[in-house]
Amino acid sequence: MQPTSHDFKTNARAALSDRQLQEALSGLPGGLVAQRAAARARLPEFDDLRDYGRDLRNHTLDHLDLYLEAYESKVIATGGHVHWAETAEDACVAILRICKAADAKLITKGKSMVSEEIGLNAKLQAADLDVVETDLGEYILQIRNETPSHIIAPAIHLIQEQVEDDFRRQHQHLPKDRPLDQPAELVDEARKILREKFITANVGITGANFLVAETGSSIIVTNEGNGDLTQSLAKVHIVIAAIDKVVPTLNDAAALLRLLARSATGQEITSYTTFSTGPRRADDPDGPQAYHVILLDNGRSELLGSEFREVLRCIRCGACMNHCPVYNAVGGHAYGWVYPGPIGAALNPGLIGVKEAGSLANASTFCGRCEAVCPMRIPLPKLMRRWREIEFEHGETPFLTRFALRSWAALARWPAAYHLISRMTVGTLKLAAGRRGAFTWIPFASGWTSGRDLPAPQGRTFQQLWAERQKTAALLTPTNKEAA
Amino acid sequence: MSRASILGKVRTALHAPADDALRKGIVSERIAAPPIVAAPQRVAAPITDLAAGFKEELELQLATVEEVTNASQIPKVIAGYLSATNQPLRLRHGIDPRISNLDFPAVADFEVRTGPASPDDPAGLSYAFVGIAETGTMALLSGPENPVTLGFLPDTHIIIVPKNRIVPTYEDAFALLRLEIGAASMPRTLNLISGPSRTADIGGRIVIGAHGPRRLLTVIVSQL
Repeated sequence: MQPTSHDFKTNARAALSDRQLQEALSGLPGGLVAQRAAARARLPEFDDLRDYGRDLRNHTLDHLDLYLEAYESKVIATGGHVHWAETAEDACVAILRICKAADAKLITKGKSMVSEEIGLNAKLQAADLDVVETDLGEYILQIRNETPSHIIAPAIHLIQEQVEDDFRRQHQHLPKDRPLDQPAELVDEARKILREKFITANVGITGANFLVAETGSSIIVTNEGNGDLTQSLAKVHIVIAAIDKVVPTLNDAAALLRLLARSATGQEITSYTTFSTGPRRADDPDGPQAYHVILLDNGRSELLGSEFREVLRCIRCGACMNHCPVYNAVGGHAYGWVYPGPIGAALNPGLIGVKEAGSLANASTFCGRCEAVCPMRIPLPKLMRRWREIEFEHGETPFLTRFALRSWAALARWPAAYHLISRMTVGTLKLAAGRRGAFTWIPFASGWTSGRDLPAPQGRTFQQLWAERQKTAALLTPTNKEAA
Repeated sequence: MSRASILGKVRTALHAPADDALRKGIVSERIAAPPIVAAPQRVAAPITDLAAGFKEELELQLATVEEVTNASQIPKVIAGYLSATNQPLRLRHGIDPRISNLDFPAVADFEVRTGPASPDDPAGLSYAFVGIAETGTMALLSGPENPVTLGFLPDTHIIIVPKNRIVPTYEDAFALLRLEIGAASMPRTLNLISGPSRTADIGGRIVIGAHGPRRLLTVIVSQL
């Protein structure tokens, strides 16, 4: 997809004044956040498992080449095919070739963020192939011509009434007076329509939550069962997965599965966790007749060798965005590319460049909740801070910000001048604010003051307060000693 | 070629020579002897009643659980469930002998067919490889005995779990899989099923019966 991350500020402003979006986002804290907390409370060893998961992912990344080779040889041994793709383009070409060879007309798709990353649907449609998203959220987005705004709840930015309007517009062959004001009625309508697609599709494409080197299996985790119908009813099953998805063994997958659903939706486990290995066996009465895996790099091998390696531990649960005050305020589309929220800010510049996505690191209050909840203990604030530095080094930071930062840095090199000027500034601001004690407007900071007042300084600088505190502490110490 | 190029870039990133016997040894050892993380406390104690824990977790995930002492009771329990949920007395199963031996004809008007599911089958019946207590999960292996489509096309999915095949953890299930089936001969599909099909994609509200089964009945049987 065409990124608009460089326009984050504009995107965010639009998002803040979008009434329906704000209504949709208001459910996040009580929903996914509260559910995760409850699931964590039910599993006392949850945080120990996070340490284990972090170490296991580090171990896998340290031996990634060998685990990929082991995985590949198992896929081949069980009758499957592996296609290595360095770029998004390579991956699309490989998938198109498989679809052509299978004489595909209709393609069903399970949910896959990597397929969004490589812009697969547009490529398939350009080749006159009919492709249908089957995850309910993704289906809604496809008929709205939108992209997911969340990695596990793609349509979280929509309210129910919008979906009703979309279904009435899209499904015109159905009676106009049918009731559609209950979620169950909407789900049922989509179920009937997509049933036909599952049955007639020639090719089914899914993503993968994990790839298992021990067995050559790909794993998908779903609640709807759409990924299972997608891969079991079509003649050909194609899996699109990035190279960082491999884990050594089934047991390693189990350890990560204990963390994944709990971190994502707060479920103990999703309704369906499916391990797919090769095509149907000689005496199997159902299942796909061919099984292909596309292994995508698309910048990950470079991240592996960089100071951002830790971002590759991500298991795509979405907890960081659920807990992010910025994501909660603006939603996922403002981030302007496939992966939103803190993980997007830490990952996207590595995949699509600092020029496009470097500024996402500024979309953070650095409150640290993302790192606090990350099941893989990815130090997201540290990585974002580093992208900020790189953005500055590359000269991508806006002029005004650079000017302010440079002026501050220059001043900070002269402590005496720094203290004098800050004392004067703080004093002036206190006077200027008057009895109100706050500003309703500040030059160059209307983004802050248009929504709220900026409290004025109280008259003394931090350095002054600190010095006074030290003095008081020194005076009190002997008394304390006596008391002791 | 992309393969050589990607693996080359990965090795460069890791500063790893292509033929490092030490690294290869570490990897093949881990695959040959998969490590096991400490089992969750809820199933770790030896006295834990696995079937009770299994049932409790599964019911939390909105499945119906019935317990029978003898396998001969299964057809009647299934018929009772289908009637209670207003479903026709019709189901499809694979050629698993443990299901074929059940006396469905003893229940009047019960129509039972074998083979993979077709779109108009109202109910599918599968036999679980094992039950997993930690999250009320059932492991199903695809094949002619238990075709994978039985668990996804019909509106109702019914799974039989022998009580003595309920294990504490996922790792225990995988250990049995390696022992009895062999890791080299994984079935095409291993399904871990822990509830009926559901979605929260419309306004964040949970609706049961998205694309797969609208209801899930698990029958735990003590004597086969």
